Amino acid sequence: MEKGQPIIALQNISKTYTSERGEFNALNNVSLEIYKGEIYGVIGMSGAGKSTLVRCINYLEKPTSGKIIFDGKDLGALSAKELRNTRQSMSMIFQQFNLLMQRTAEQNVCFPLEIAGVKKIEAKQRAKELLELVGLGDKLDAYPSQLSGGQKQRIAIARALATNPKVLLCDEATSALDPSTTQSILALLKEINEKLGITIVIITHEMKVVEQVCSHVAIIADSKIAEVGTVKEVFTHPQSKVGQQLVYPNGMPDESFMGKRCCRIVFDGSSAYDPALSSMILECQVPVNIMYADMKRVEDMAMGQMVIQLPEDDTLAEKVIQNLRAKNLIVEEVYDYVG
Amino acid sequence: MWDSTMFEMLGKGIGETLYMTLFSTLLAYVIGLPLGIALVVTEKESLLPNKWVNSILNIIVNITRSVPFLILLVFIQPLTRAIVGTAIGSTATIVPLVVAAAPFIGRMVESSIKELDKGVIEAALSMGASPLQIIWKVMLPETKPSLWVGAAISSTTILGYSAMAGFTSGGGLGDIAIRYGYNRYQTDVMFVTVVLLVVIVQVLQGIGMKIASKQDKRK
Repeated sequence: MEKGQPIIALQNISKTYTSERGEFNALNNVSLEIYKGEIYGVIGMSGAGKSTLVRCINYLEKPTSGKIIFDGKDLGALSAKELRNTRQSMSMIFQQFNLLMQRTAEQNVCFPLEIAGVKKIEAKQRAKELLELVGLGDKLDAYPSQLSGGQKQRIAIARALATNPKVLLCDEATSALDPSTTQSILALLKEINEKLGITIVIITHEMKVVEQVCSHVAIIADSKIAEVGTVKEVFTHPQSKVGQQLVYPNGMPDESFMGKRCCRIVFDGSSAYDPALSSMILECQVPVNIMYADMKRVEDMAMGQMVIQLPEDDTLAEKVIQNLRAKNLIVEEVYDYVG
Repeated sequence: MWDSTMFEMLGKGIGETLYMTLFSTLLAYVIGLPLGIALVVTEKESLLPNKWVNSILNIIVNITRSVPFLILLVFIQPLTRAIVGTAIGSTATIVPLVVAAAPFIGRMVESSIKELDKGVIEAALSMGASPLQIIWKVMLPETKPSLWVGAAISSTTILGYSAMAGFTSGGGLGDIAIRYGYNRYQTDVMFVTVVLLVVIVQVLQGIGMKIASKQDKRK
């Protein structure tokens, strides 16, 4: 498919904060291209600069140098008024939801429409539709304080969608939520992406979030981009050190096995119900040692990875690898994989 | 001596005190509310940062707030005469009350607005809200409960000031307390006026807090 122009392009973005204690480089020469319809994850440890990055995208933080091109417009060249208008097509949701506490759910969703100058009756109608879309059609008159964290984030999402944005920026949007609520919010984001075609940028420190919904990912570390690619590429072959740390969050397995031949098997969802490993063991008649495993079920698919120790005999080892590859699994031999 | 004229006088005193307090509070808010907003938004990293305006406003507020009310009352008598035509009576007292209360209210409003979570302002900015829209649609409505608590405190403080104006024949209950209790040693009259002042403070405070809690949707 022809990609065309990116909807968001960061060109050599740097951001330096100056304080009495000296200068701090939050972002150092960061370039990224995000295309329409993508769910783009930006992942990094805390303090890596990802929050600054997302705030540069909508110019809440003005970059010290570099350009942000959104939908063909250079944000730095816009007047204050033009920038405000542009922001209406680039919504944002936050870790702490940032709802107006003195307004009901419906009034919260109406808020961006009031700013955009939409008529009150139309705004109310739209708010109702959006709250239904996010599953809160029965909570129009509830105040945020009466709702749970997940429900608050749903209101925030409805509010962010009110002005029909092209892009939705999510700043650690699930970090304050429990695991099951996180799942449901991520599912909602995915639904919005598919149904409404809105490009989504997700800032997170959790690899799970990226694995689950993102199509592309940028790993950011020490104010720089360490690695960029599709989630599948990065997840199966992390190139950078941080990338490896994120893919193997629990560090590497038992050191006594180090030095022996091992291989990593990546389950990318293509082998749903097939018990690949046990059939390999039965077919090859070799025992294997599972050294690391991190599996999860995503929408009926087995996703994850496993590291197994290969038999010492080279022919047998080769047989194991061939057997697994024949099962459409991604297999790569790893010699030492200290994270 | 507790005859009808005394009661009439006390009744008139209550009326004058309420008139001075409420009218001064209102006028002082006309100045103090924008002043408080300006103190917040001109701060560094706020909506409309302006170092000069911010420093000048702070200096003015601090100077006015450091002058004791009784001294301010006498000091600005020429101004009072220029505006009202006289420096005695309850209408004249409104001038120094407003001058003293406006910066106080400015500080109250400033601290109320500063309680607001910065994330909410950031969210409004991300939606493309202008500074004016943020002030009207976010800062003031979101801090309404706190602003009402501030109004309760301010009005009772102004009531206290208005009683001090009795020393320059400012009218109201304070005037009666000083004339009878201080100048004529009629402590019983003074006692009654003090009780009345306490009751008015309780009522004002009670109304303010009631409105504040009714406005508060955070709980």
